[in-house]
Amino acid sequence: MHGTTILLIEVGALLFALGMLGRLGRRIGLSPIPLYLLAGLAFGHGGLIPLSASEEFIEIGASIGVILLLVMLGLEYSAGELVGNLRAAAPAGVIDALFNAVPGAAFAFLMGWDWRAALVLAGITWVSSSGVIAKVLGDLGRLGNRETPVILSVLVIEDLAMAFYLPLVTAVLAGVGLIGGLKALAIAVVTVLAVLVVAIRYGRQISALISARDAEALLLGVFGLTLFVAGVAEELNVSAAVGAFLVGIAISGPVAHHATEMLSPLRDLFAAVFFVFFGLSTNPVDMPPVLLPALGLAVITMLTKVLTGYLAAQRVGIALPGRLRAGLALMPRGEFSIVIAGLAVASGVEPGLAPLATAYVLITVVSGPMLARLPDYEWFKTFIRRWRQPSTPPVRPLAAED
Amino acid sequence: MRVRVEQTPLPGIGVRHDLVTSSGRTVGVVSHRNGRRDLVLYDVDDPDSCLASIPLTDDEAEALADVLGASLMLGQLAGLRQQVGGLLTEQIALPAGSPFVGRQLGDTRARTRTSSSIVAVMRDREVIASPGPDFVFEANDVVVAVGTRQGLDGVTAILAGETDD
Repeated sequence: MHGTTILLIEVGALLFALGMLGRLGRRIGLSPIPLYLLAGLAFGHGGLIPLSASEEFIEIGASIGVILLLVMLGLEYSAGELVGNLRAAAPAGVIDALFNAVPGAAFAFLMGWDWRAALVLAGITWVSSSGVIAKVLGDLGRLGNRETPVILSVLVIEDLAMAFYLPLVTAVLAGVGLIGGLKALAIAVVTVLAVLVVAIRYGRQISALISARDAEALLLGVFGLTLFVAGVAEELNVSAAVGAFLVGIAISGPVAHHATEMLSPLRDLFAAVFFVFFGLSTNPVDMPPVLLPALGLAVITMLTKVLTGYLAAQRVGIALPGRLRAGLALMPRGEFSIVIAGLAVASGVEPGLAPLATAYVLITVVSGPMLARLPDYEWFKTFIRRWRQPSTPPVRPLAAED
Repeated sequence: MRVRVEQTPLPGIGVRHDLVTSSGRTVGVVSHRNGRRDLVLYDVDDPDSCLASIPLTDDEAEALADVLGASLMLGQLAGLRQQVGGLLTEQIALPAGSPFVGRQLGDTRARTRTSSSIVAVMRDREVIASPGPDFVFEANDVVVAVGTRQGLDGVTAILAGETDD
């Protein structure tokens, strides 16, 4: 058979299987991310079916997936929103970074890994999954809740922080050392600030360049621009993902709205390929030894996330139940942690990192949304009520309750 | 009297408006970027969480706004009563046996005869603002008229058919 034919068969079967998995996940209320990762683990190196012909194709698809994930994230926020949010919630962001990045780094040192791996693991445990969390909040009908803006602003700050963190990690992993990394960080800071200023001042003019009326031209224009900028950014060692993120931020108004609609299906396709690719590059044989450490790390960093949410909500005067809701909602890690781990895998910094990150994300992304439901149960509410007012007797007059 | 509507941006989702009513309840509207909107009602025990989040379609939101807007307009008209000395606003129900059921507003010649204006008609919880002379009355209509005490009594009498036409 011709190479292309085998590629079509492999990719087709893979995507079809992912579609079925995604459907299954939706039925049992699970995010498709862990299922895609598991699918990736099942295939490829050391897996059941080696995907030899399509590996290169999947690899390219995966890097497009990362770029699309990031540009969509940028499109979701306007530059004004980012800056305004940064002013209001910066302390919460600092708490978040300290409480969640430090345990990751400490854990890496505990495992006897070098400082580059520690930097990567810090990022993996730091960033919550905005995609999963936004979906959980919507599903639980909590978008109107008073603690929701707190959760969202923590996520926004994390995403913005990635614009600085990713270039630093990319440069460090490229082997330029800490000085080179700081140089990349400085370039990133200047670039991000420039893009934010330009987007706030001239966002309309930029968006006017790409007409929102012609759907096809819009798709090609935005997609092309994103890939181009991402490529240039990668060439400058500032990370392709950050370039894409900045393109998303710079585009605003109706163009952003239409671009979101046009790019969503593409993002779904290539992001799925990305998660599978990450699973593919992890050998399932490496998984069992890291399961226990991953579980420990997950428990610790999920608790620190609860504390983060608790303190962030407390800052703006949310009551105890709301603080717990904010904390529990922030637990899942997802796409970003995988993006960061993907960078590390590509540079081969620490062989144990990829399986650990896979197991870690699998644990948090599956258990997080389930634990986020806790505060909605009646027994939990009663427990909190008793805990808050231990002095008042729980005896109440028999009220007609329906 | 002034109500404080608080606006909270929800990055990546949209914006939330909420207000605390004088009875102590909080209601809000979450407006999504994609045009979807949810009406949210907050819990009394835990004012940070919403008890219900009700998605509204465009038509439903419009209908709800109309109903609320109608009662709002009447409230404002009632407020007007106290503001302008001597000028009164009154709701006059069209009596069942009124000779004007099925006839045009112009036929009453209310303004010419009483110097009072019919500024609105309420029908089925809806407000028809500033009806023209060709507006046709229906049974159970409630007329909102503005005028002096004497003039309003005149309108009441005309609508009841108690004057010689």
